[in-house]
This record gives sequence, C-alpha cells and structure tokens, in this order.
Amino acid sequence: MRSLALLAALAATPALAQTDPSDWDAVAATAQGQTVYWNAWGGSTTTNDFIAWVGERVAEDYGVTLEHVKLTDTADAVTRVLSEKQAGTDTDGAIDLIWINGANFAAMKDADLLFGPYAEQLPNWQYVDVDGKTVQTDFTVPTDGYESPWAMAQVVFDYDSADMEPLGSMQDILAWSQANPGRFTYPQPPDFLGATFLKQVLVDLLDDASVLSEPATDDNYEQVTAPLWDYLDALTPTLWREGRAYPPTGTAMFPLIADGELDLSISFSPGAASAAIANNELPDTVRTFVLDKGTIGNASFVAIPYNSGSTEGAMVVANFLMSPEAQVRAQNPDVLGYGTVLDMEALSDEQRAAFDALDLGIATLSPAALGAVQAEPHPSWMTRIADDWAQRYGVAQ
Amino acid sequence: MDDGLALRDVTIAKAGVPLVRIDHHIHPGEALTVMGPSGVGKSTLLAFVTGTLSPAFTATGRIMLDGHDITDAPPHKRHIGILFQDDLLFPHLTVGQNLGFGLAPGGSRASRKARIDAALAEVDLAGYADRDPATLSGGQKARVALMRMLLSDPCALLLDEAFSRLDAALRAQVRDLVFARAMARQLPVLMVTHDVEDARAAGGAVITLA
Amino acid sequence: MLGPLLAGIYGTILPAFGHLPAAGLTGPSLDAFRALFDWPGLPHAVTLSLTTGLTTTFIALFIVVGLVAGWSGTRSFRALERALSPLLSVPHAAAAFGLAFLIAPSGWIARAGSPWLTGWDRPPDVLILQDHWGLTMTAGLIIKEIPFLLLMTLAALGQADVVRARTVAAALGYGRVTGWLKCVFPRVYSQIRLPVYVVLAYGMSVVDVAVILGPNTPPPLSVQIVRWMSAPDFNARLLANAAAILQLALVIGALLVWRLGEGLVAMLGRRWIMAGTRSTCDPVIAAASVTLAATSALAIGGGLAVLAVWSFAGFWGFPDALPDAFSLQNWSRHASGLGDALGQTVLIAACVTLVSLALAIGCLEAEHRHGLRLTQRGMWLLYLPLIVPQTAFLPGLQTFLLNAGLDTGIAPVMLAHLVFVLPYVFLSLADPFRAWDRRTATVAAALGASPNRVLWAVRLPMLLRPVLTATAVGLSVSVGQYLPTLLIGGGRVSTLTTEAVALSSGGDRRAIATYALMQTAAALVPFALALGLPALAYRNRKGLQHG
Repeated sequence: MRSLALLAALAATPALAQTDPSDWDAVAATAQGQTVYWNAWGGSTTTNDFIAWVGERVAEDYGVTLEHVKLTDTADAVTRVLSEKQAGTDTDGAIDLIWINGANFAAMKDADLLFGPYAEQLPNWQYVDVDGKTVQTDFTVPTDGYESPWAMAQVVFDYDSADMEPLGSMQDILAWSQANPGRFTYPQPPDFLGATFLKQVLVDLLDDASVLSEPATDDNYEQVTAPLWDYLDALTPTLWREGRAYPPTGTAMFPLIADGELDLSISFSPGAASAAIANNELPDTVRTFVLDKGTIGNASFVAIPYNSGSTEGAMVVANFLMSPEAQVRAQNPDVLGYGTVLDMEALSDEQRAAFDALDLGIATLSPAALGAVQAEPHPSWMTRIADDWAQRYGVAQ
Repeated sequence: MDDGLALRDVTIAKAGVPLVRIDHHIHPGEALTVMGPSGVGKSTLLAFVTGTLSPAFTATGRIMLDGHDITDAPPHKRHIGILFQDDLLFPHLTVGQNLGFGLAPGGSRASRKARIDAALAEVDLAGYADRDPATLSGGQKARVALMRMLLSDPCALLLDEAFSRLDAALRAQVRDLVFARAMARQLPVLMVTHDVEDARAAGGAVITLA
Repeated sequence: MLGPLLAGIYGTILPAFGHLPAAGLTGPSLDAFRALFDWPGLPHAVTLSLTTGLTTTFIALFIVVGLVAGWSGTRSFRALERALSPLLSVPHAAAAFGLAFLIAPSGWIARAGSPWLTGWDRPPDVLILQDHWGLTMTAGLIIKEIPFLLLMTLAALGQADVVRARTVAAALGYGRVTGWLKCVFPRVYSQIRLPVYVVLAYGMSVVDVAVILGPNTPPPLSVQIVRWMSAPDFNARLLANAAAILQLALVIGALLVWRLGEGLVAMLGRRWIMAGTRSTCDPVIAAASVTLAATSALAIGGGLAVLAVWSFAGFWGFPDALPDAFSLQNWSRHASGLGDALGQTVLIAACVTLVSLALAIGCLEAEHRHGLRLTQRGMWLLYLPLIVPQTAFLPGLQTFLLNAGLDTGIAPVMLAHLVFVLPYVFLSLADPFRAWDRRTATVAAALGASPNRVLWAVRLPMLLRPVLTATAVGLSVSVGQYLPTLLIGGGRVSTLTTEAVALSSGGDRRAIATYALMQTAAALVPFALALGLPALAYRNRKGLQHG
C-alpha cells in the first residue's frame, strides 16, 4: 500500500527531477553554472548592494550566477508564479528565489506554489537559532521548511533626537503628534511596513493581544479592531500632509527626516537608521526607540517557486544567506544593519568574535534594549485591516 | 532605318481622358520639340519615355530605341539620358564623384579618372573634380549635369525645360553646348519646352500640344 | 504592427468578463465589473484620469499655438525652439523626477529661498507632490508634451504657406496672433490632430509619471490597473482587466468629446473670422505663451540640474541651497548596476530602432517605387498603438504571450517596444522622404543606376540627417518605455527606466538622481550625435547643411 503511494508520488514528480536537498554535494554540483533569478524588493540601495555582494560570493564558491530582479512589490513575484502555473509553465519559470514573508508566503504555500521542504536540510541550518527566534513560523503560519530565514526584523521608531524625546506607547505617539502636527507618518498600506504599523497600533492598544494569534473571524473582527480605527481617526488629521498623502515605503521617509519634514517614523529594521546615517541619507542626530510593551518582530525569508529551473542554485543562495559570513555582513550597520537569525552559541569562537567586533552604530539599540518581541498576528488580520484601511483612508476625500 | 527614338502611336491618358497623342520617329542627330503651355502633359510624356510614369496615368503605344522595344524595360536599363530644369547634381558627392556615378562601370581607376577629367576639360571645368557642387555657378552646374549624363553613354537624350532656369545669356550658351554635344554623338533628342527660342535652336520638327 | 495590439485587447476583454480558463474561471460574467464599480476609489480615479488628460492637452496645445502664432520667425522663437527640441528626448520619468526635486516642499526652489526669504527652517507641510487633484502630475506632463506638440506643429507649418499668409493678414490689418489663428491655424490643426490625440490618450493613461508625481489616495485609474495586475489574488487580476476596458472606454469617450469640441471651436472660429475682428488680446496671448513655454523649458532644465547635484551630493539638509560636500561615492556604488541596465537598455533600443528603420524605409521606398501614398485611414492605423492606452492592451498581451510560451527573454520586450517605436520612426522619416525630389531618382536611373543603387547611393546619403534623427527618435522612445518593459519583461528585463521608477518607491534621492540622469543621457546622446554626425560627414557639402 505504502509502495503504491510512493509510486504515485514518483509518477507525479516532473520529468526534470530536482536534486534531493539533503544530498548537499549533489546540490552543490548541480548548482554549478546555474543562473538564479532572485526577485527581491529593489527600492533600497543598501539592500541592492548586499544582494550584489551575495552574487559575487556564490559565483566564487559555487559557480552560481545570481541576478537580482528588483521589485517594487513582492506581490509582483507571487502573481508571476501564479500566472505561470495558469499558463502551464511548470518548469524553468522566470523566478528562482523570492524574498518573502507573511501573507505572500501563506498564499504561495496554500496554493502549492513552493518548492520544498528544503530549509532545514541546508548545511547552515545548524547555526540557526530555532528556539530564540521565530524562524519556524511566519506570521503564525508554520514554515514547514518551505522558506529559509535570513534576517530578523523588529519594529523600531526612528526619531530625530534634536527635536524630540523617545515615547513609550502608541497613545504617547498620538498625544505627541497632536502637539506636533505634520511631523509623523507611516508608509501607505498595503506596503508591508505601513500594514505593520497598523498591527503595531492594535497590538499596543489591546490589553490582551492573544486573540490576534488565531485567524480573524466575522464575529470578532469588528470588535477587536474598533480601538485601532478610533486611534487612526484621531491620528490621521495630525499626520504629515494631514494624511492626504503617504510615503510609498519606509525608506521613502528617510529624505523626509533628513529635510526636517518628519521627526518620527517607523522602521522594521533596528539597524537601518545607522546604515542610513553612514550613507548620508539621515542626519546623525537620528536615534531609535521601542515601545514599553515591546514591538512586533519577525524574520525575513527566502522561498523557491515550485517551477524554478534552478532549485539547486537557489538552495545554494539560501544556504549562503544563513552562513556566518553573510550574516555578520548583513548585521554590519555600514552594510545593512539587519538582525541575525543565527544562534551565537552554535558558532565557533572565531565566528562569534566577528559578530562581537561589530559596532552596531550610533542609532542602533543593543539586543537588550530592543526588549521583548511581540508575535505577529495571524495573516488574516493583516489582510482585512489593510483592506479596511484602504476603504477608510486610502481614498481620502 | 530603325536607329533613333521612335514613339509609335503613343497615347497618355489620365482617368480615361487622353492628354497626349504622338507618333513620331526621331532619327539620330535629330531633335523633336514638344511645345505647349504648362499642365498640358509635356513632362508626362517624358516620364513615359524614361519609365517613371505615375500610376495615375495610363499609356498605350510603344517606345522603340535603336530598333529595340523598351516600353516595358525598367528605367535604368533604357539608356535614355535626361536633363531637367534643375541640375539635380547629387549634393553629397563632389563634382568628380557625380561624374563617376554616371560613368558606365568598367575600366581601371586611373582610366575612369582620366575620362572624368577629360569630360570636365571638354566643358572648360578642368580641375573642378574635387569641388562641392553647391559652390558652382548655375552655368557650371548645368555643364556638369550635361557631362554626367553624357558619360553614361545614353542612346537618346530628353530635355525637360532644361534651360528655363538659366538667364538669357547663359541659356543660349548652354543650349548650344547641349545640342552641339548631342549632334556630335548623333543622339536623337526629345525636348519639351515652352520657349520658342529653344525650338528654333533645336532645329527639328515641332509638335504643339494644346 | 496591429497584431500585438489586437492580441492584447483580446487578451484583456476575456478576463474582464470573467473568462480565464487557466484559473478555472469561465465566463461570461459581470462580477469583475461589479467589483470594479464597488471600489470606493473609482469615481475619483476616473475623474483624475479625465482631468489630467484633458487639462494636459488643452494647456500644452494652448501654449504651443500661442507660441507659434505670436513668435514664429522671431529670434526669441528660434532660441526657444532650440531650447525645447532636445527636451523632447528627455524621458518622461527623468523629467518627472527633476520636477519633483525642484518643486517639492523640500525641493531646490524652496531651498534657494529659505530661510532668508520664506523664513522656513523646515520644509512647509504642504501637499505639492501627490496632490489630490493631480495638478503636479498634470504640470509634469505639460512640460514634456510642449516640445512634442511644438515639433509636430513646426513640421506641419512646413507644408502651410505661413510667411505669405502672415504678410497678407498683416496687410489686411490683422495682428500677429489673430492673423495666424485665422489664416494658418485651421490648416495646421488638421495636420497635428493625431499628435494631439496621442497627447490626450497618453495623459489619461500614463503610469510612470503618475507613480512619481501623482496622488495615491486613490491613484489615477492607470496606476491602479497596474497595482491590481500585480496583486497576488486572481480576482484582482480580473478587476485589472475590467478596469483596463473602462480605461479604453474613457479614452474613446474623451477623444469623442475632444472631437466635438473641435467642431464647436471651428464653428465659433468661422463666426469670429467672419466678424472681421482685428487684434483682440494678441500681446496677452503671446506673452502668456512665451512665459509658460520658457518656464517649462526651465523646469526640465532645472530638474536635470538638481538631479545632477543630488547625484554628487554628500549630506544635504534643508534649507541648504547646496550639499555639504560633493563626492563620486554615489556614482561608483551604482556603477555596476548602471552599467548592466545601460547595456540592456542600449541593446533593446538599438535592435528595435534598427528593425523600425528597416521597416519604415522599406515601406517608404515601396511607396516611392510603386507610386503609392498612405491614406488618412492608414495614418490612423499607424497612430493607433500610440492612442490606445498602454494599460488597456499590455496586460492582455502579457497573458497572451505567456499562453503562447513566449514570455521569457528580451525578444518579447523588443516586440512590445517595436509597437511604439515604429510609428515614431515612420512619422519622423515620412515627411523628408516624401519631400525628396523624385526627379533625382529619375536622373540617377537615367544614368543607369538600379533602384537599389539609387536607394543606397543617392537617396539614403542625401537623407542622412532625417535618417539619423529618426534613429535618435527611435532610440529615445525605446529608452523611455516603462510599462511594456515591466509587464512584458516580467521583471527579468531591467532597463534604466524600470530601475529608476522602481527606485522611486524607496525615496533614495541620490540613487534616483543617478539613474534618471543616466536614462536622460541614454536618450539625449543619440540626438546630439544625430545633429553632429551629418555636420561632420558633410562639413564640405554646402547643399546638405540645412537639409
């Protein structure tokens, strides 16, 4: 009976058999000479530079050519894979690797659009901090090895210390914004960071945020989110441009801070402000803070579409991203300033020393100061809240 | 007997309305002048002879050149030279290159150059080979155009108001030159003009269209 | 060339009516339209689309007509013409970025006046970019359409006997502007009607300029279509196709309204002519149009200047008029990315332009040899790809190519570019080719030159200047293409334009400036060469120096 099922499974595999992820030598050998199209958001120079560096390194070590396909929105890549499936392009699709998480991951995993499981078979998985960091769930959805983590993110607020002091809660932010109208804004949802801001408001306002870890239902949605809309109704008129326009992304707020249009903004990368200062994009008076109750955190992942023609090359890149070498570079504020996904205890002394030697930068909080990490709500909340936001504020009159 | 340019029962019509009717044999060294006011179809007749008649016109009859029927030959295979009222020298080429364009292919580079220089000397333009045509005077341009045409060894010569742009003194001079060269080469000449002086100088038969 | 257009529209109509067998959906159904009409942003998005297109066209046309009527033949006109012509090739995205960096509350103009004049030590919290009514976006379109309409008008003027018409009108006591409007404009307008329609359709459906300068709450319909196209959810895709049909209907509607307006203006104009009114407000129109035209030239020029400053800027806080320091850091960090994108851009532009040239010259040569002439209907077909909004057929074309298995690689992108490049190349070649003296060909044939020798040895060398200009036009049109590259390339083909627009969401002004400048250079350098090469090749040929 079991062998019959196995046979059926074998018959269902595409003619172009993909290499077994656990046979790393075979993976590395097949990857040689492949070209990997990595679809990743292309709006940030620092990220683009980092990806280019990854490309050079995997070319050196594995003979894999990495092409960065710069997206304005990760959803573009999801659509692409979807339409390829519709068109019957089941082998050698346009995309080999996607920078992904949250709702996009849930959607692709649901629709069987991903290759895997592969993540936990990769050699560098041994260094990943499985217990201390949320690397096996993504917005409460189990990853099941269909995506591999490469950076940790946590909400921080960037502020200009020349003009204001750190604030402790969302209510404090509202009060400050009312006293200083036009000095705060957030990216326009459904931008990832903008939607995160909405969730952060809700998490901070609720006395007990545990309801958010279950899918939203028609019964509880309105009642649970009511405080969020009250808050936004009060906040919006005090926002930059009175909420009649929003920046498209998080990094688009850097020039606004640099010019003094904004004093306060939100970021999902604790080290981004330091990196931007080093890059002349922010004044050196910018610092970061987190809320007293803590802020939302999650991991950034990469996933491989089911129809990639270069799965081995993509796994090589995914594995390299989890290497101590890549991780220490990503955490360097002069490069990216992203949090590492690795467990310091699992590293050799030499590897750990490289992390310890990093100067995190003047605007970056120490791991201790970053405080408690709050869990991401179930993706169903984000989808509904983002839709609702668009109805209420996205078509401002 | 067959030598020369013969227009046999040529009729050119536009939208069914006949414009030109002509039946004439021009012998070598003879000229036929077609006269008439502008718009009467004189140039259309020449277009038919050169093979560049616009599709708006229909033509019947045959054109015989030295005994061959060239009515259906492509323009560049007809061996019929034409001069217009404008010199139409190619502005991107030097005077010498213009003549070289006309000169029938063959011969060494040196012999071709020698023929070009000789042609220029024949019309008192020796040493002008490297000049830009735009820097020449009207009379000089007309002479270059004539020699360019003659170097291509045509078997007949058409003149389309060829002298009307030149001022009176120059006109007689160029006209005499053209006819002298044509007669020297025993070419049949078909000329359209509205100038009686031209017709008189040509000396042959005159047909007046109305 | 209509193939891709028809395939695209076909591929758009089916999903709009809920027919997408690949996704297990069979139509027809009106669900997508129902969802579209339920979208709360629709009324405003539609209004924006209409107002932007109509306002852009009207103002740009007004300025160009006022300029030509009031100033043509004068020295200041030639100066302005010389300033505006190269601006035609500045890509829309680069011009939009430049304008944004100039007029934003933290832009160069505010910096130049602060704090000594305005008292601002922070940028004022005013909504200039992304304003609700799309006024900034409209301004951005106007400054780019003025050079286009101006050059089209000048080309048309060549065929109208302007100088004598003006002399006659002046002798009858008419002022410059009034005389021109009454005598020349009716003839010229019938020649520039199609270009005007192109401007109208383009203004209603533009995406890149709208992304950079336009509002987001909600965005214009075309931007929303592209967003829906890229949403992960399939219903959004149907919605996008339904909206594309609506977009097409809007453009057709607006063209009809414009056409009716033409009739009305013509009727009033005839009455005005019959009334014999001499000069009315000639000086006012002349002054207004020259001021606006000069402003728009300055806006593009100033925009490029501020882009240049940003691309070399170290830290540059408000309200400093110039950065603290200049450095090459920015250019060096983007060098490899710029190089790759430039290579891709040039490869596509060169191939597409070459094919377009071959097709256009072949077509015009066939016209010449067989005595044919493109009819008015033929002109419409030629203009059709420029008038049908890109957002209405590119989504469908993408689906179509995907189904045909032609979706990867650079070739489909080139094909899509060809649809837009060919008409421009043909239009810029057609007039000089037709104006070429046919008797030259007769003389050459009489000298024994075959038709091919006439083409290669006489016609093309004599028409070198227009051929090079058409090449430059083709290259710059290809360089500027955003939506065809993005949608048909599926993200794998990144040109300077797609990179620059992708950067706009990140807000890194130094990176944006670098890419936008490079994009401008890619479009401008061919124009400089097109002007320079014939002058060099024919420096000893007086007869071709003003060709």
